[in-house]
Amino acid sequence: MFSYAVKRAGATAVTLLAASVIIFAFIHVIPGDPIYVLLGDTATPDQIEALRHQLGLDQPIVVQYVEWAGRALSGDLGRSIFFQAPVLSVIADGAETSTLLATMTMIWVALIGVPIGMVAAVRHGTWLDQGLSGAAMLMASVPTFWVGLYLILIFAARLGWLPSSGYPSIFDGGLGNLRYLILPSLTLAAPNAALILRLTRASMLDVSHEDYVRTARAKGIRPWQVVRRHILRNALLTVVSAFGFTFAALLSEAVVTETVFALPGIGRLVVQSILRRDYPVIQGVILVIVVLYLLINLFVDIGYRLLDPRVELQ
Amino acid sequence: MNLDGIALWMTPFKARPIALAGICVLLAVVLAAVFAPWLAPYDPYAIHPAIRLLPPHAGHWFGTDQFGRDTLSRAIYSARMALLIGSGVVFFALITGIPIGVFSALFPRLGHVLMRAVDVLMAFPSLLLALGLIVILGPSVANAIIAIGAGYMTTTTRIIYGLTLRLRAETYVEASRSMGAGTNWLVIRHILPNLVSPLLVQASFVFAFAQLGAASLDFLGLGAPPEIPSWGNMLAESRTFITRAPWLLFFPGSMIVFTAFSLNLVGDALRDRLDPRLRDVFRGEA
Repeated sequence: MFSYAVKRAGATAVTLLAASVIIFAFIHVIPGDPIYVLLGDTATPDQIEALRHQLGLDQPIVVQYVEWAGRALSGDLGRSIFFQAPVLSVIADGAETSTLLATMTMIWVALIGVPIGMVAAVRHGTWLDQGLSGAAMLMASVPTFWVGLYLILIFAARLGWLPSSGYPSIFDGGLGNLRYLILPSLTLAAPNAALILRLTRASMLDVSHEDYVRTARAKGIRPWQVVRRHILRNALLTVVSAFGFTFAALLSEAVVTETVFALPGIGRLVVQSILRRDYPVIQGVILVIVVLYLLINLFVDIGYRLLDPRVELQ
Repeated sequence: MNLDGIALWMTPFKARPIALAGICVLLAVVLAAVFAPWLAPYDPYAIHPAIRLLPPHAGHWFGTDQFGRDTLSRAIYSARMALLIGSGVVFFALITGIPIGVFSALFPRLGHVLMRAVDVLMAFPSLLLALGLIVILGPSVANAIIAIGAGYMTTTTRIIYGLTLRLRAETYVEASRSMGAGTNWLVIRHILPNLVSPLLVQASFVFAFAQLGAASLDFLGLGAPPEIPSWGNMLAESRTFITRAPWLLFFPGSMIVFTAFSLNLVGDALRDRLDPRLRDVFRGEA
């Protein structure tokens, strides 16, 4: 087990190293001198010279990478052109919204996707299964922002039950502010719940073909007991690990949803930074999301292995 | 392809009428794209300030937008952009994925390096990768295709890699190799023909998700230029008027859903007729 964890962590470290080279290169492959990319068009010659020296842009590219990576490791992701503030603090400002949005989305996904997927699997092959699986495929074919705009139209504009945009911090206005995230999280949950539904169904059907399930049935255990104790417990392992990947992916999928609902999260920060040509922020967000993505995947894999020692390292 | 071949391809659709309906929707989209100038009742670019934001009625079945342009005509012309983006992304994914995947499987040492590189790219969530590439390349239709295609190139490469590994172990491939067949022969005679069916499945899923990806980029203002009719652009513009003109939201969105759903249905039906030995490569994808 321990050697598995070490090997897996090593592989993640190598991937991260390679990914960091790509992210570092990002600033350099954008058309134009990196100095202008980093300082914007309004920089004075003095500022340019100072930053060029400070960042070591007069050094060989390998030295530049090592210094950049060293600064990134110590939490210095550069300065935002637009905010005139450290990139890390700009990202931290959006972290509350993004984390809460992703968490609420995962709650919906678990509440909708898992039970309905179970029903579809238990009723495998019936019209109910076909209907539910078809509905899941339909949900996965809908653009998220379209769902979001419809939810705004119905629940915010027509009925006036929920706010349509923005999110004031729960630290300022109390937990009641979570109502600002209800429509966005439902929007984001739709395609992901569909995915988890299909996965729950497929994984339960897989397990139901196992020998121990047949043995349990042959022993005369009641059908719903077989489903609950033998099939579900084993099938949910796959589903729970998919939760980890989904959560990690949500951080970037939220880009569109946060834009629709004007939420002050990391996703909208990316879009606005693209429009503002605030390249250091874009680079910083990509780095943070990739690191989180890799770490979550690493923990999920190790956790999976802890729960199911049969899994082999590929 | 002879008639028997066509009949064979139709079997999955006979068993599933809904997948056949999907084929019909896709045919309709293709026809709309090809015959747009004849099918569209009005010029999709013509601005008529006098008839702004009219709800659907006999003269304009889908209503008009904020410039008085006919929504139906714009929706029909948008089919062109949908097909262009979809086929572009599929082409990009295949043209990169097939050589990388096949040669990685045939030459393990090369494959080790290349598949690790694919892993590295997969560490970038697909939408984030697309946005990053758009920043570097600049927003345009061609760049949207590359940016979306980059995300699907990785999954497609992995699938091709997995399939080729399996095919390589098949007895007839081993037999062919032991009789002295070279790599070219193996690839052309045994690997590629067997990749056709699974890749058709993958292509329909990639085509479907490319529609959603392109719509997202258009919506963020980072895809096709706003004056070009595309369903994503139409939705992006409708946003300001959703309470006054909900039909501007309904029609283009439905077009995206119809198209993507049909492609998914077709992909699903095709997947079920795949050789079971190759089918589970699609586990967890798409």
